[in-house]
Parts: sequence; structure tokens; C-alpha cells
Amino acid sequence: MNDNIKFVQGNEACVEAALYAGLEFYAGYPITPSTEIAEHMAVRLPKLGRRFIQMEDEISSICAIVGASLTGHKAMTATSGPGFSLMQEGLGYAIMAEIPCVIVNVMRGGPSTGLPTSPSQSDVYQARWGVHGDHAIIALTASNHQDVFEMTVHAFNMAETYRTPVILLLDEVIGHMRERLEIPGPEAIPVVDRLRTSVRAGIDYHPYLPREDGRLPMSDFGSEHRYNVTGLAHDMWGFPSSNPGVVHGLLRHLTDKIKNNVGNITRHKEYYLEDARTVLISYGSSARSALHVVEHQRARGERLGLLELQSLWPFPYGLVEEKCAYARNIIVVEMNMGQITRAVKRAVKDPERVVLANRIDGVFITPTDIKNILRLIQGKGV
Amino acid sequence: MAVKDYIRERFFPHMWCPGCGHGIVLNSLLRGVEQLGMSKNEIVMVSGIGCSSRISGYVDFHSLHTLHGRALAFATGVKMSKPELNVIVPMGDGDALAIGGNHFIHAARRNIAMTAIVMNNRIYGMTGGQYSPLSGYGTAATTAPYANIDHDFDVVQLAKAAGASFVARTTTFHARQMTDILKSAIVHDGFSVVEILTQCPTYFGRKNKMGGAAEMMEWFRDNTTPIGSKAKQENPDLIERGIFVQEEKQEYCAEYENVIKRATGGRS
Repeated sequence: MNDNIKFVQGNEACVEAALYAGLEFYAGYPITPSTEIAEHMAVRLPKLGRRFIQMEDEISSICAIVGASLTGHKAMTATSGPGFSLMQEGLGYAIMAEIPCVIVNVMRGGPSTGLPTSPSQSDVYQARWGVHGDHAIIALTASNHQDVFEMTVHAFNMAETYRTPVILLLDEVIGHMRERLEIPGPEAIPVVDRLRTSVRAGIDYHPYLPREDGRLPMSDFGSEHRYNVTGLAHDMWGFPSSNPGVVHGLLRHLTDKIKNNVGNITRHKEYYLEDARTVLISYGSSARSALHVVEHQRARGERLGLLELQSLWPFPYGLVEEKCAYARNIIVVEMNMGQITRAVKRAVKDPERVVLANRIDGVFITPTDIKNILRLIQGKGV
Repeated sequence: MAVKDYIRERFFPHMWCPGCGHGIVLNSLLRGVEQLGMSKNEIVMVSGIGCSSRISGYVDFHSLHTLHGRALAFATGVKMSKPELNVIVPMGDGDALAIGGNHFIHAARRNIAMTAIVMNNRIYGMTGGQYSPLSGYGTAATTAPYANIDHDFDVVQLAKAAGASFVARTTTFHARQMTDILKSAIVHDGFSVVEILTQCPTYFGRKNKMGGAAEMMEWFRDNTTPIGSKAKQENPDLIERGIFVQEEKQEYCAEYENVIKRATGGRS
């Protein structure tokens, strides 16, 4: 019996991965379909001497993890649609103040209370643009539990590397479905630790002065360096500034640190793309149905391929353009009204080749749904 | 150390209006910290948004200037993840009790060790003089041009009912009492609430014909009285000053240590 092999929900896989990545503080508020993350955290964290708190709402949950991160601890929260809406304020703060943290959104149908127990992938654009003001964001996703594990660790690694909040967009199917998970051995997946300043006590430490490589070493609250953290536009000491040069530099830095590292942040998988005439692009649970269709049609001699995106923002425009260069048809499979389809159309030459295969009714998109659209495109009728 | 050693001189002069009471709060607080002999490295000041919240930029502690109303939520994350830190949370009246009202009662309910200072000037000053939940019935504000019909909270009663284990009130006229109360609040092992009546001559004073800063502080002198004083019995309208609640109660982070013990079967 191997203790490292489990049969678990995706939400539990996310918890195990967060602990693997060194999570020390979790704050959250119950909401379907993410609640199991909080429940498992409440069991697992104190066993490891780490801390869990159930806050009074999602607003305070994200604020609490930012506070905890500043004391030098890896921190996360998890929620779903309505709670994710409430977290936008704190998310913007974490972007502006450059505080590493991870926010999991197990997507359900919206808008508003919507469909609490049904799958959807309709928060893709809220993840990108829910926060007011110009900004860049990292949003990752996963289509099976092994990938949930890897992408959760990747989320923490990206948060620490770029001193930024990272969003992990799961969906109800992935969160609640049970399947096999093998917990990787220690060090099988690299874990990025907090980069702390080497500036000694008594020497001026600049919390917001990037190093040559763009990274900003941190100093834990409680240690020698005392500095100011604010959501206002600020200078290299973290003190409020409305100096146009300072503000311009700050906003450029906040977006460039992500834009200039798309290659390090982006993850994807590809299946049968070498000779594919029809390329399916999908992510999350929808990618499972898409892969089924590709393999089924391949067996019948049709040249289909799948590009599975594991990171949605920053969007890998170059990658999508390259992988779709020789495709006759490009079908984006997602459970929303075409959020990633829009980005794909921007990425490829001849956007009229891009077609959306979707469901928006709270029912999981099946291979049959995708095949029906495929037949339409091929002029075979439904 | 002199009080001067607790401020960030680089960031002065401060942005408060002439006559504002917030500078008196800053002064009394720093004197208290000095008298307690605390290290600057062990203090984290967490504030929200508003005139009062700018206090965190001027002190040479670890400082976290957060979102409007959310200071206590950020502070909860700081304290819970590093309980050895001493957390001080100055807030304005609108900050603490309108947009932040929910966080206020829940932090009090948990009895998590931190000092919540409500700098009550009965107005939103930063935005130019709108009524707050502490302005009171009949007051004037830019958003209450025909007199305010909202009733105010009694911060002391609210904090008591929500479960705070230390509750006190003072004013900027009583600067020495303020220092003493803040010292007791900071060393108290639980959630401490200190309401400080502070003057905003620019907006509340001007709108309500209260005179300048000096007249407003005299109003604090004439309209407040020590808790349980004879004057209060004779004139029930007087506002009581002093420490209303100071009780021993299991603190939240200490309680969580028990959770860890139960979860680990006493092994940790």
C-alpha cells in the first residue's frame, strides 16, 4: 500500500499541493464548490503546526492572507464566483503592493449566485480584468488532479518569483470529481522559496526597488527592516507618491515583470498537433472532453489535435499562433460564451477559422457536444 | 529614546490640516510606546484609508496602509501568522464602523490581541465632510445639508457587545489620559478598543459651527466626564471617559495553539 497514492477530489489535490509548496497560512469563507479546500485545510494545517482561520467574508479572507504573507509566510485563500467578485479589491491591493499569495477560484455558473453546484468556466475574464486599473495578472488552470497538484505548486512558485498574487482557476468538475492522485516525492517538483533581502540591519532597504533581474527581495514584518506598504502609488521606500515619473515607473514595472516573463509563466500540453488540420484548444475540465474527441476521431483517420492551455493569463499569443499556423479549423472548447475564443482570435492569422464549441447551461460539455459542432463545421450536419 | 526616534522624519511635514486632532493622537501614542520601552521591530501598525489612516506612514514601525475599512482583516493575518508581533490598528470612524463595521465586530468577537484605535472626528474628512456613522442625529455635513437623520453608534457599547475584552474612551483634550489608556490597551492580551474623540475643525467644526480647534477641544473638556462621576449622575448627557472593560479572556492566537495541540495529539 503506497500512502502517496490517493483517490481524492480535485479540491483535496489542491490542498495537498499547497502544503507541498510550503503553505503556512490559509484564510477563507465557505462557498460552493470550493468549500472542501477550506475543510481539508482546517484538518491538515494545525496537524503541521500551521494556521487556518475562517474569516467573516471573502473580503477579509484575501486581506488576511496578504497580512500573513508580509510576515514571511506562504498564504492562500479559495473561493468561487461571488466570493471572487468580493476579492477583487484585495486582489488589486496585492498586485499594487506586490505581495505574493495564491487565490483559488473553483468556477461555478454566474452571474450572481448563478449555479452554485454546476460547472462553468465563465470567470476567465474576471480573473484578467476584475481589478480596476491597468495591471497584469497570472492565472493558471488544470484538467486533472495530477495537474491540479503541479499547477498549484507552480502558482506558489510564480507568486514568490514575481512578488504577485496568482489566480488558480479550477472548475466545479475538477474540484468535486474524484480520481487518482500520486503525491510526488520531496523535491520532485521544485519549490521556490521567498527571496529575502541581503541588506543588513542599519542600511537603507528599498522594498520596491527591483534588482537587475526584475525581482524584489522582501523583508519579513518583525525583522530588522521597517518599511511602509500601501495600496497608493508609491516610491521605492513604499511611501505614497504622485510624482508622475514614479507613478509611470511603478505601473510599467507591475505589468512588465509579467509581460517580459511570459515564457517562464506559461504552461501548456499538446496532443497530435504535428499534422493536425483541425486544432482544438481547451483548458480545465473541458479539455478532458476535447481530448476524448481528438483520440476518437484520430482512430477514424481524421487529423485532429489538441492544444491544452494550463495558463490562461498572460495569454500565450505566440504559442497559439505557432500551433495554429497550419490548421484549417480551430475549435475552442470552453464552458462560457467565448472568453478564451476571443483571445485565440486575436492570436491567429485569419480569425474566421476560429469557432467556439461551448455549453453555458450548467451541464458539463461532453465529447458528443463537441462532435456535433465538428460535424457542422465539416458540413456534415448534426 | 525620544519620541522623535519613533517617527519617519523623511515623510514630514504631515498632511493633516492645521488644528486637526490626529497629531495629538500620534504624539500620545508614541509617548505610550516609549514609556512601555517597546522595540520598534516588534510593532506593526495596520491602518485603512482616510485622514486617520495616514498615521501609519509617519511612525517608524512596520507599517501597512491598507484598504478602506479592511485594516482589522489585514491585521488578523499579520497577528495570526506571527503572534509575537504587537499590532496597533488606528482607524477613522467611517473606516472602522461603516465600511469596516463587519470586520470590527468579528475581530472583537474573536478577541484577537491587537489595539483598535477609533479616531472619532464624526466626519469623512479626506473626501471633504460627509456624515459618518458617528456624526449623530441632527448634525450637518455636505451629504446632510438638511440635517442628518442617521443615528450614531455608541462605540463603547458596540465593542462591549461584540466581545472586546478591553474597551476605553478618551479625547484629544485629555492627552495624558490618552497615553495611559493606550499603554493599558497595548499591553492587554486580547482585543482592545480605544475610542478617541478628535477634532476636525476643517469640516465637522465648520459645518456644525463648533468653532476652531481650541473651541472643539474645550467642548471635549466640558462635555466629557470620568466614568461613574457625580457629574454624570447630575447630567446624563455627559460622555464618559476612561476604561469601561478590562477583563481576562482567552486570546485567539493562544486559543489556536490549543487547536494545534489537539490536532497533533499533543505532539507539537
